Amino acid sequence: MKKYILNSLILFIPCILFSQVTFRGMIMDRNNSKANLGVDGASVHWLNTNVGAVTNAKGWFAISYKTEYKKLVISYLGYKTDTVTIRNLEPLHHFITPQSELEEITIKSKRNAVQKSTFSTVNMFTVNSEELLKAACCNLAESFETNPSIDVSFSDALTGTRQIQMLGLTSPYLLITQENIPSVRGASQVFGMTFTPGTWVESIQISKGAGSVVNGFESISGQINAELVKPFSDNKFFLNTYSSLNGRLELNTHFNQRVSKKWQTGLYIHGNYRGQKFDKNDDNFIDMPLANQINVMNRWQFTDAEKGWVSFINVRFLNDEKQTGEIEFNPLIDKGTANNWGSEIDTRRFDTSAKLGYVFPELPFQSIGFQMAYSNHQQDSYFGLNAYDIQHQSVYSNLIFNSIIGDTRNKFKTGLSFTYDKFDELVNTSNFNRNENSLGAFFEYAFDNLDNFSVTGGLRIDTHNLLGIFLTPRLHVRYVPWEKGVFRASVGRGKRSANIFAENQQLFASSRQINIDDVGGNIYGLNPEIAWNYGVSYMQKFNLFGKKGDITFDFYQTNFQNQVIVDWENPQEIAFYDLDGRSIANSFQVEASYNLAKNFNLRTAYKYFDITTDYRRGNLQKPMQPQNRFFANLSYETELENEKQWRFDATFNIIGKQRLPNTSINPVQYQLPESIDSYQLLNSQITRVFSNRFELYLGGENLTNVQQKNPILASDDPFGSNFDTTIVYAPIFGRTFYAGLRFKIK
Amino acid sequence: MIGFSGQSQEVKKKKNAKVSFEVDGICGMCKKRIETAALKSKGVKFAIWSVKTHQLSVILDERKTDVKKIQKNIAAVGHDSKGFVASEEAYSSVHPCCKYRDEEIILDHEGSIKKQKKKTE
Repeated sequence: MKKYILNSLILFIPCILFSQVTFRGMIMDRNNSKANLGVDGASVHWLNTNVGAVTNAKGWFAISYKTEYKKLVISYLGYKTDTVTIRNLEPLHHFITPQSELEEITIKSKRNAVQKSTFSTVNMFTVNSEELLKAACCNLAESFETNPSIDVSFSDALTGTRQIQMLGLTSPYLLITQENIPSVRGASQVFGMTFTPGTWVESIQISKGAGSVVNGFESISGQINAELVKPFSDNKFFLNTYSSLNGRLELNTHFNQRVSKKWQTGLYIHGNYRGQKFDKNDDNFIDMPLANQINVMNRWQFTDAEKGWVSFINVRFLNDEKQTGEIEFNPLIDKGTANNWGSEIDTRRFDTSAKLGYVFPELPFQSIGFQMAYSNHQQDSYFGLNAYDIQHQSVYSNLIFNSIIGDTRNKFKTGLSFTYDKFDELVNTSNFNRNENSLGAFFEYAFDNLDNFSVTGGLRIDTHNLLGIFLTPRLHVRYVPWEKGVFRASVGRGKRSANIFAENQQLFASSRQINIDDVGGNIYGLNPEIAWNYGVSYMQKFNLFGKKGDITFDFYQTNFQNQVIVDWENPQEIAFYDLDGRSIANSFQVEASYNLAKNFNLRTAYKYFDITTDYRRGNLQKPMQPQNRFFANLSYETELENEKQWRFDATFNIIGKQRLPNTSINPVQYQLPESIDSYQLLNSQITRVFSNRFELYLGGENLTNVQQKNPILASDDPFGSNFDTTIVYAPIFGRTFYAGLRFKIK
Repeated sequence: MIGFSGQSQEVKKKKNAKVSFEVDGICGMCKKRIETAALKSKGVKFAIWSVKTHQLSVILDERKTDVKKIQKNIAAVGHDSKGFVASEEAYSSVHPCCKYRDEEIILDHEGSIKKQKKKTE
């Protein structure tokens, strides 16, 4: 560059001497910026004049200059026309950008909000931020309401926490990662999803079936990965507020700042608050907990593209407080007494993680990545007279080497991982302490014939202090039999230790006795859970009446070799015991999406679940699990005009008949029917985009106003032996409305 | 120094040599065809073709192959590069939308770019 300027100065000195009033410059191509090649034949002219010139073969031009000429217009076929303000006679060096880059942006905005790839070997789809906005509220757990592959259910009548399920299995059987670092596990299993604010999420990748061996051995039915917003690409400033008629207030702000050429930082602050008590169903218990949460994250992103280094450093602190129970409950007076029933759940969590990646500059197919994370999760809680505290400290580290065998059709990943988990639990008066550590090595090979066939096979070996030494194999195959049709199959094994209290902590808000069948295993006297997952899937993209659509058929089976059975079938107790017999979860799903008209899309799905387990009292369907579900989502948006737009979205669900846990030994007034009939739910949202910077949204949840009549058993006698808040099969809160705004500065 | 290089016979053949040359084509389908043909050549580790610049960048093992062999394999699937013109038979095998020797088809592709541009305005 310097050389060029110098050369050009020497070259042009004579000219400058002759005519002082000539302005010179060089036009270069942004796409070839390294080569500094000039653009031949680009035209330049002064704005609103006929004075113009054309660049020579080296990209240089000379144009006569007068002081009143201030703005130079640069144009070249196929490139964007630029107007540059000229302040002095120093030679101009200007890069022009190809028009096609503009075109690429257009295609991006036309991209579907949910992308299903025909190229990926794994049955995976990506949910991008556009789709996430449809569920305006508010955290990761609530991001799946417009998504048919993930079912959202309620964990208990008190906290209103939503539990997610995939293939009919609850979240402990899923691997939930944040930027590929396991995040929702152990102590954070129940509430962890609610600890990631929705605005922090850039996109979500959902993979069904056996996952990859790279991220560990725990996943059984699938993986959900949340990519967070990145300081380099997120808005400079973002503000979101939300308010709901159910008393919930939320505030999100993002600040992103460039620190130097290679460093960028972002500060993300989330707060939510609910201070109002509602008791719409007159059971003397508040319908939704009082809550307040402060959640602060600071990210640092480092990029040095030339040398091939990238890095992320994250620090996060969370404080979450919930209070629920009877309306008159006052924790200062009533805690630990039988005056009024109440509960408080206080969580403090500190997370830090660092990622370092290096791409060999000379070998773009080869890279090394290192991930390291530490978290400390502390929950102190009581539920009436039951106390439950858990502290979970966790260390995760993973070293991954990516390269090829021969050529890029044969890729592999290999590496080492180390994890350490320390659990300290207090359950009423009993202490449960446990340390887990594991060291593992993995190898994953991927073949792609670049046409119609690809396969990914992985194997890992881990040595774990409580689970022993074991192998984890996983295999995924993709085959394209004909145009736009993709057939996929997968098989894999998973193994994990069940955190029986943390995963089922709703049990504390009941009078059920805890009964653990100690068989001398390493985890609460129980053995680790082991399952194989098999799946097949077929997707066909099509064109019907000139509009695009796709249809997917999925069948998955999870077959447990051992499972820690959570048995709710006796209303007086909750029993945990090792599986003796069969436990199989079958799920079938057919999903179709179709573009009905321009900007008007339909997505619909039917799901069938058959989840049966050998309980002590016989083989039963999983309780509170609808066998049939139907889903439909309609979305429409108007054409973008002067940055203005309307967006409409509606989601309809039919939740089929559900079996309830057995309550037949309860007194008659506390008995529930054997099963509960199907019901329908409708959510809707309208967004008004006023400009690139500002938008407002308004929505309604549960518009059909479905309410579970009696979500708390024996709510009139909370300290009696029949009190139970755990049987929840429908929304507790009726119809509600919310509104929010988003403001951003690029 | 001269003596040394004389002893080590010719220029040392690189295991990961980076080479870039122009290959004629138009669209994303061409890209896939060109890259696949390059990768299927023995000794080619990595190949990427730019729709915009028509440059094919490859990383190859010079002990096993050379650029001419790659160019030959690319010509065999119907794409021209300097000194290697695809036979009529190979050229006729490419998809009709990839007929890069046809001015009209090139214009068609440019037209689609223009259309897209209109949409954004």
